Amino acid sequence: MSKFKKKKEGGVPAVNTAALPDIVFMLLFFFMVATVMRQNTLKIENNLPFADQVEKLDKKDLVMYIYAGKPSDNYKQYGTQARIQLNDDFANVSDIASFIAAERASKREELVPFLTTALKVDGETNMGIVGDIKQELRKVNALKINYTTKKGSVTNQ
Amino acid sequence: MSKRAAPEVNAGSMADIAFLLLIFFLVTTTIEVDSGLNRKLPPIEETEPPIIKQKNIFTVLLNGNDQLLVEDEIMEVKDLREAAIAFLDNGGDGSCDFCKGKRDPESSDNPSKAIISLKNERETTYKTYIAVQNELVAAYNVLRNKRAEALYGKTFTEMEANVNDVNWPGNKERLKDQLEKIKLDYPQKLSEVQ
Repeated sequence: MSKFKKKKEGGVPAVNTAALPDIVFMLLFFFMVATVMRQNTLKIENNLPFADQVEKLDKKDLVMYIYAGKPSDNYKQYGTQARIQLNDDFANVSDIASFIAAERASKREELVPFLTTALKVDGETNMGIVGDIKQELRKVNALKINYTTKKGSVTNQ
Repeated sequence: MSKRAAPEVNAGSMADIAFLLLIFFLVTTTIEVDSGLNRKLPPIEETEPPIIKQKNIFTVLLNGNDQLLVEDEIMEVKDLREAAIAFLDNGGDGSCDFCKGKRDPESSDNPSKAIISLKNERETTYKTYIAVQNELVAAYNVLRNKRAEALYGKTFTEMEANVNDVNWPGNKERLKDQLEKIKLDYPQKLSEVQ
């Protein structure tokens, strides 16, 4: 007569966890959509300087990144002088023109005038290399630049 | 014997797999936006530089040892902002009725004529250069904020934030005109010597 057995009295019924995967998937999708993967593997030290009068650099698709700094520990064979990095590799000042041209070609034509060049330069770098980059950018008429910095007071560095 | 149904797949570990993926994306996510100092480089043109009176130029020199020479005097970075404000807001020729400076005839005529000239050497470190740039931009921002406060009761930075805010309810066209007016009163004339 087990069919008519009385239900056990008392005892808290187990919480139904069937919806747990759904919740986790929801979170997963949120982070998948919000994720921006690092575009470049840095081969240089990139400790940005501080500034407090900063403006946000939104519209990530309209930014070209130029990195500069000393080669990091794994790339000591490239010397200790500051180097430029474009995309994933070390580059010379003369490579900037072709880099800018390639970046422009990969964007829609009407967006090209809005492109900004973000200079991510290590704080300990000498201005000489930055001056060379700027001169090269002027030559290819990429005049909008952004000195990428960390937000903070300039004095406590 | 009854017909045996296909055994149900155990979905208990689905949550674990999803968690694993979730943690991966949590770790790789960078939500923060880059920020920095926006500048515009001068185009390469072989034009004759205009003749500017010496008193309208505020020379800032950064040497290879990160020492600062402002108007032929040695200065610390922390004092640069004040000095730049005093220079820009001088109003020496009296044509600027909103300037609060000393009206020293030996300093700049008015904010639209005042030019800050920044010169650095190849050995200057980048972080000092950025600190100086930051202080000079700050000087302009302080003056613009004051002007905006006097005219419209809001700071310049606030107004700029409002223009970029899609949810801001006010009249954007008018706000843009107001911003233009302040930018005209205190134009950012920061020249870099090559």
